[in-house]
Order: sequence, then structure tokens, then C-alpha cells
Amino acid sequence: MREVTLRVKIRLPLATEVQKLEKKSLVSYIYIGPPTNPQRYGTESRIQLNDQFSTVNDVPEFIAREREARPEADRNFLTTSLKVHNESKMGIVTDVKQELRKSGALRINYSTLKGEHLRN
Amino acid sequence: MARRASPEINAGSMADIAFLLLIFFLVTTTMDIDTGLTRRLPPPVEDPEDILIRQRNILNVLVNKNDRLLVDGKPGDIATLKDVAKEFMRPHYPDNPDFPEVKLREIEGLGEIYTSEGVISLKNDRGTSYDMYIRVQNELARAFNELKDELSMDRYGVRFRNLVDEDRIKAINEAVPMRISEAEPESIGD
Repeated sequence: MREVTLRVKIRLPLATEVQKLEKKSLVSYIYIGPPTNPQRYGTESRIQLNDQFSTVNDVPEFIAREREARPEADRNFLTTSLKVHNESKMGIVTDVKQELRKSGALRINYSTLKGEHLRN
Repeated sequence: MARRASPEINAGSMADIAFLLLIFFLVTTTMDIDTGLTRRLPPPVEDPEDILIRQRNILNVLVNKNDRLLVDGKPGDIATLKDVAKEFMRPHYPDNPDFPEVKLREIEGLGEIYTSEGVISLKNDRGTSYDMYIRVQNELARAFNELKDELSMDRYGVRFRNLVDEDRIKAINEAVPMRISEAEPESIGD
């Protein structure tokens, strides 16, 4: 049921105050996590756009393409869903967020699973 | 009395119908419902100049690269963050200098109501783990949601998440705005 082949490992964090992501056709996905093939690509978290590894600099073009693929009336309602491995560092996430801001893709969704952390 | 043959329902096509139904529901069911925390990024600014907000109106939440919290200059704990944020954002009246300013506002559907001018400023390091960041975001969201729940319970007798009336949802959202400000990224060290 997934549209792309994942090249990065995604283990989503848990949250309780979640909202459902409506209108799937207006959602584009950015995956961030350690490569599934660490022998070849190392263990540092990478960005995946569509089917391939990308860098932060590819984000504006990705957003532009995603916009173009939608009908004109819907373009302003595009949501970017960030699917990020929970052990990734915020640095790479912040970089992506900054690019999204510059591209005007301001609606974002931090993808999480619904659930409670065990209090310890 | 002649015995009548008991009427029979022709069940020959039942298997086909069941099969069609099965296929129908297989096709129409969406399996993975995406959930998450929806946020709005601030629009880009050319040269970020500091917007001056009074010190008493800000609750500073810092997360360092070791996932440790600093809440208002003191070491904080994720377990108590929600209560601290909630107490901070609750409109305190009469004016209490230990808490943010309150402003009397006219909100459609609620009438005149005191709202807090407080802002929660969230800063994280580049080395902060995503897991911790989401936990903090979640706790802050929980604080706001509980305040909304309380106001909604008080005014309408229903929890905020169970409200259906659009106008009421809008009114509560206006009275308890979710003000989390994320600073322009910078390294805050350890």
C-alpha cells in the first residue's frame, strides 16, 4: 500500500495529540532516516524524495513539482508530511523545514504513531 | 388438507454475492490512516529582526543536544512540562506579574473573555533527537488541548475534541490560541 520504495528506515515516534491527515491526494511525503543499506550508504540519516536519496537542495524543486502535479485550485492546500525516523537528529529536519519555508510549503505534518510513552 | 411444499429461497447466488461484497470492501478500505502533529511554519522573512515580546509573556523551552530540557532557565522534565506550560498559558486574573499579561477580548459566541498573551518559545539544537522534539511538541500540544477542553467544558458542557459546531470550535480556538514560536535555527550548544 505504499507508493514508493523506501530507501531509508522509518520508525515513527509516538504522540497522543494527533490529528488525522485528510485528503491524501494533497499530501506529499518527505522521508528522513538512516539508509536501509548501511554497508553501502552508511548510517547517517538521509533524505528521500520520491524514489531516491536527495539533499536539502533538492527540496525546493521537489515541492515545485508536487505543486505542479496538483490542480491549480488545490495548490495552496498542499501538506507536506515529514516521515522521520525517531533517532534522526533535528539538524537535518530543521534544514528541510527551512527549505519548505522558503518554498512556501508552510503546512506540515510530523508523522507519528498514536500512542503513549511509558513513563519511567 | 393438502400439504404445501415449504417455499424455498433460491440461495444459489449467495456465494457470488458474498464474494462481490468481499471484493468491494477490500478495494474501498484504506488501510493506513496517516496521523501526526500538524503545524504551520512561519512564512520566510528576509532579515529576521527580533520581535520584542515582554519577558513575562514568554516561556522559554530549550532542548539541548543531549535531549535535556531547560524550561525558563531551569532544568526541566518532560513529565512536568505539560503542567508548567498549561499553568503558564492559563489566563491569570487579576493581573499577576508572575504570569503573562491578560487581555479582555470580545469573542463571538463567548462574549467578553480574558485571554493570555503568553507565547511558548521552543528552541532545539541540531543534535536534539527527533523523538525528543516530537515528545516536547506533543506535551505542549497537550497543554493547549487541555486548556481548550476546560474552557469548552465550562461554556458548553462538552470536551473540545467532541465539539461539532464549527462556530464553537472557532470561538474556543480564538480564546486559546496555540502560540508556539520556533526560533530561527541556531546552535545553542550543550
